[in-house]
Amino acid sequence: MLVMEKNQLTEEIEVLIKKYGKERSSLIPILQDIQKQHSYISDYAQQEVARLLDIHPVEVFSVISFYAFLNSSPKGRNIVRLCQTITCDLAGKKNVASAIERELGIKFGQTTPDNKITLEYANCLGMCDVGPAMIVNDRVYYKLDPEKAVSIINEIR
Amino acid sequence: MEEKRKGAVLFSDYERGSAIKKLRDLSREDILFELKESKLKGRGGAGFPTSTKWMLTAAAKSDIKYVVCNADEGEPGTFKDRVLLMEYQALIFDGMVIAGYTIGAKNGIVYLRGEYSYLLDSLETYLMKMREDNLLGKNIAGKEGFDFDISIRLGSGAYVCGEETALIESLEGHRGEARNRPPYPVNTGYLGKPTTVNNVETFASVTHIVMKGGEWFCKHGTDKSTGSKLFSISGDCSRPGVYELPWGTTIQELLDIAGAENTKAVQVGGASGICLPKSQFDRKLAYEDAATGGSIMIFNEERDMIHIMNNFMEFFVEESCGQCTPCRIGNAKLLEGVKMLESGEYTFKYINKLKELGQTMQVASKCGLGQSSSNAFLSILENFKDEIFNVRKGGNHGN
Amino acid sequence: METKEASRAPVSQKAHIIENKDFEGKIGGTVSIEINEKKVQVPLGTTILDACRKNNIHIPTLCHHEDLCVAGVCRICVVEVEGMRTLQASCAFPITSPIKIKTSTPMVRKARRHIIDLLLSEHYGECYSCVRNNNCELQKLAKEYGVDSYTFGHVQKSKYPVDNSSFSVIRDIDKCILCKRCVRTCIDLQEVGVLEAVHRGHDTHINTFMEKDLADVVCINCGQCINRCPTGALHANDPSDEIWDAIDNPKKHVVIQTAPSPRAAIGEEFGLGAGHSMTYQLNSALRRIGFNAVFDTNFTADLTIIEEGTELILRLYKAVVEKNPQIKLPQFTSCSPGWVKYLEHFYPEYIDNLSSAKSPQQMFGSLLKTFYAQKRGINPEDIVSVAVMPCSAKKFECNRPEMTDSGYKDVDYGLTTRELAKMIKEAGINLPEMPKEHFDDPFGDASGAGLIFGATGGVMEAAIRTIVEFVLGKKTEDVFEKANVLPVRGFEGIKYVELPLGTEMGPVPEIIKHLVPNWDWLKGVTLKVAVAHGTANAKKIMEDIKAGGKFSECHFIEFMACPGGCIGGGGQPIPTSPEIRKKRAEAIYAEDESLELRKSHENPNVVRIYEEYLTDGPCGHISHKLLHTHYKPRGRYIA
Repeated sequence: MLVMEKNQLTEEIEVLIKKYGKERSSLIPILQDIQKQHSYISDYAQQEVARLLDIHPVEVFSVISFYAFLNSSPKGRNIVRLCQTITCDLAGKKNVASAIERELGIKFGQTTPDNKITLEYANCLGMCDVGPAMIVNDRVYYKLDPEKAVSIINEIR
Repeated sequence: MEEKRKGAVLFSDYERGSAIKKLRDLSREDILFELKESKLKGRGGAGFPTSTKWMLTAAAKSDIKYVVCNADEGEPGTFKDRVLLMEYQALIFDGMVIAGYTIGAKNGIVYLRGEYSYLLDSLETYLMKMREDNLLGKNIAGKEGFDFDISIRLGSGAYVCGEETALIESLEGHRGEARNRPPYPVNTGYLGKPTTVNNVETFASVTHIVMKGGEWFCKHGTDKSTGSKLFSISGDCSRPGVYELPWGTTIQELLDIAGAENTKAVQVGGASGICLPKSQFDRKLAYEDAATGGSIMIFNEERDMIHIMNNFMEFFVEESCGQCTPCRIGNAKLLEGVKMLESGEYTFKYINKLKELGQTMQVASKCGLGQSSSNAFLSILENFKDEIFNVRKGGNHGN
Repeated sequence: METKEASRAPVSQKAHIIENKDFEGKIGGTVSIEINEKKVQVPLGTTILDACRKNNIHIPTLCHHEDLCVAGVCRICVVEVEGMRTLQASCAFPITSPIKIKTSTPMVRKARRHIIDLLLSEHYGECYSCVRNNNCELQKLAKEYGVDSYTFGHVQKSKYPVDNSSFSVIRDIDKCILCKRCVRTCIDLQEVGVLEAVHRGHDTHINTFMEKDLADVVCINCGQCINRCPTGALHANDPSDEIWDAIDNPKKHVVIQTAPSPRAAIGEEFGLGAGHSMTYQLNSALRRIGFNAVFDTNFTADLTIIEEGTELILRLYKAVVEKNPQIKLPQFTSCSPGWVKYLEHFYPEYIDNLSSAKSPQQMFGSLLKTFYAQKRGINPEDIVSVAVMPCSAKKFECNRPEMTDSGYKDVDYGLTTRELAKMIKEAGINLPEMPKEHFDDPFGDASGAGLIFGATGGVMEAAIRTIVEFVLGKKTEDVFEKANVLPVRGFEGIKYVELPLGTEMGPVPEIIKHLVPNWDWLKGVTLKVAVAHGTANAKKIMEDIKAGGKFSECHFIEFMACPGGCIGGGGQPIPTSPEIRKKRAEAIYAEDESLELRKSHENPNVVRIYEEYLTDGPCGHISHKLLHTHYKPRGRYIA
């Protein structure tokens, strides 16, 4: 990482600390914002957060690794999370998943080579009455079928 | 999303802010009295009496207290809070204000699951409107010294954070690992301060109780399960969705309402709930019978019960926080057992050992997640043994 | 111990908060409970575990440790409490009402057995090839509960690679049972913060920041995690095979120095209770093993006092008389390598406050391959120098690149108490039965001042014994009864002592006469000193100094990385507890009191080495080359 990038990241984190406060309880909101901006929380960012909140870097990493929506390694710019829980599963998740995988040429758990899309499974998204459902970044799509899912994916490609 | 709902209790008419305005003439004791009268129990699933929880928090000595709204609706098959959060913000937030008034808290926090982040903007907008209308902020509704405000915090994808102490840990910036109890959150909650954590639907119920009284509330439901309940119905039926029904409704009645046909099994209470066969469809949905936080999942005759078990166990292996032994390793062992059942390579002796393990998990795990994660495994094994043990391909079924 | 209060643990894991209306104002009162149908009175807030133990009812534990805050995660200690649907973890349940407890019902026994079975199913490796064989809490439980087969299978494939990147601590996560004792030790007790649980669910395991090697993170090598690990998941990097090779090689002259703390604790490895000093038995055992010479680290501890004490006097002189603004005070002790690395990582801006004097181990190392080699006519290349230490960080220390002032690696191997015990057993020796023998010349037996380095406050006490006599010209005994400097003793996390020097000064002793003309400049000065053990306490002092608090006014501060000082070191016998550390310290103080020679400057061998070898005196040119070092500002950033 270049020094300039590092300095900029530090500044960003300082702004977030001002916004949320220097308490440990601000940790997750700060991480969420960094993730939103950069799609992941780099080890440098983690250490800066740790330094500014006066906690240990491993504590930050521990928290990130606990939560499914926080990552410490780079992901695609768009994250597709397809619900894998039972009602969506029974409603045809598998076909939707295969269609998306086929379309993008990657498997769930992977990122497209152009870094545009990461495919992930999620546990119950709370759209059980209208499954199969998926969340693309912050938007929710439901009543999916293979065709519909693929067209949504193609929009963000 | 859907046309305005109608219902007897929760979906009955309510004018935004009216319960808050009513606080001008009510003391804390009045509210606790009505709550006690109403016999309202927590709607998240555990069914702890709300009046007791609030009374303990109110009695705890501290200048700072917190009201936390548990909107981390993560139980598979539950989405009623999503509907409340989208369509009935007034009920929820007014309920939180009432809680703040009753327990003596100035801060309310909504812990909104990360999966519902798309609701955030509309909720924030609504809160702004409340502030504009003096339903939040200082001297609320003109009542001198009654200050309360609500902030929203997003979860980050962890089912276990629906457990109240894990939720508090998460709010404090930690891993969502359940705490030891005692001490309970009513004494030592968020940041060590007395905290009442209630489900979205509980707050919504409180708002109605304040408007219409405990006695009115008791007219609905059963003796031990008063009021009505929002059921999230999904799976094999023609009319899935959220329904308000009185407690005591039987499973069969509910299946009829949802337009379910050819039903083989009903999973009551989500992945952590129990799976009932046809012979038990006459059971009542109530705390004293088939309890549920609202999740009803319907499986028809075509469905493979082992596949369902497998899905549930995979869920828990991932969603266990991983701190306590019975839950962290126990769920993995149960999942292994399901795979054995699937392949037909099992012995009854070992499956029985797993059943005993499941029972240990129910009593020895640290929090509600581990204590309930073997429910589905055990009940499916018990209620659908014919299917599970008969149709599989070869393998050693001896012993 | 104060350290528990330093806790950064989540609120619920800290000391229990008791708020029960019925008992308001009755904190300190008692409550009547029933354990297995027997009525007993216990103090309010006692945990079920403590209540049972006090009543001689054994409850198995794994995640519980006396030094650490509550976790309640292993669930092995569950009991039945009447009226509660689920079993309760006895270690985490404070008694606030008259409950009825049952500790051995079918449900309890089955749950415990299940928990053991589950842990065993994921515990990779076999007992007979494990460093903790026969001293493993999981193994002990398996035996206690009659485990005769793997009910839920047994993992056949390693899941995590062994991390042996560190000179000091090896991590074998496959053996981890996730009791988190290491996490609580590292984050809470020591406030170093290297280890935490990462990921969740079945993937949860203990790891470092970004799952890096231990050598690449801010680990200070204190090994406190090893001492508290119930299994073999954490252990020290054992050099005993190489040492055997050296012993077996007739060309090599293998020498060994023994520190006081291993001597006070090694008996525990041979079935003795804590607090039996084995100093002289160890000498004969080591000779029987084949070491060519056996030395007492206390000799260089005495030397450290002279060097470090002189350095302190010089710093004070330069600061007070010469008003030199470059002089850094307080002076920090530098004999604890864990502490040194802690400072280098967390407070690198203060490394100039560290005494430049090497630790006793390293002083010995450079003297052995210079002075000793010359005196005995041995090619230093053929000398293999081993140090028996209570410490895992000493392994790192002897591998620091700067520790080669003799022209060779000054100390070849740091060996822990545990590893030495293993070597002794391997040689077929029963240590307690060995005859008592003295140390070898030219260093001989050392003073009690060097001996007490082992306990927290010991370095300070040794320094005070010498400084009092140097500066005031009085016998220490005239100032402190029996020369026991009690104010700096004991296990309080931080000790602060003021010593007004008064106005009656003595003559400047011969050995440092060339450095200071007289003591007039110290007239009326109050010497302020402090002692901290455990890096969490060290952190408190450092933060106070940063903020310009009272510790910034101190002249000299003793820091030990490990709780209790060296006697609680990361290389000491397992288990450890406040009680065990107390007994080890008592053994050391008792041995000190039994000695004639109890002050470093009176050690005739120390006097002689300045006459014969370090001829330009303490802090002189030769001593600077051999006995002093420099430090490396490492910082916290993990690349």
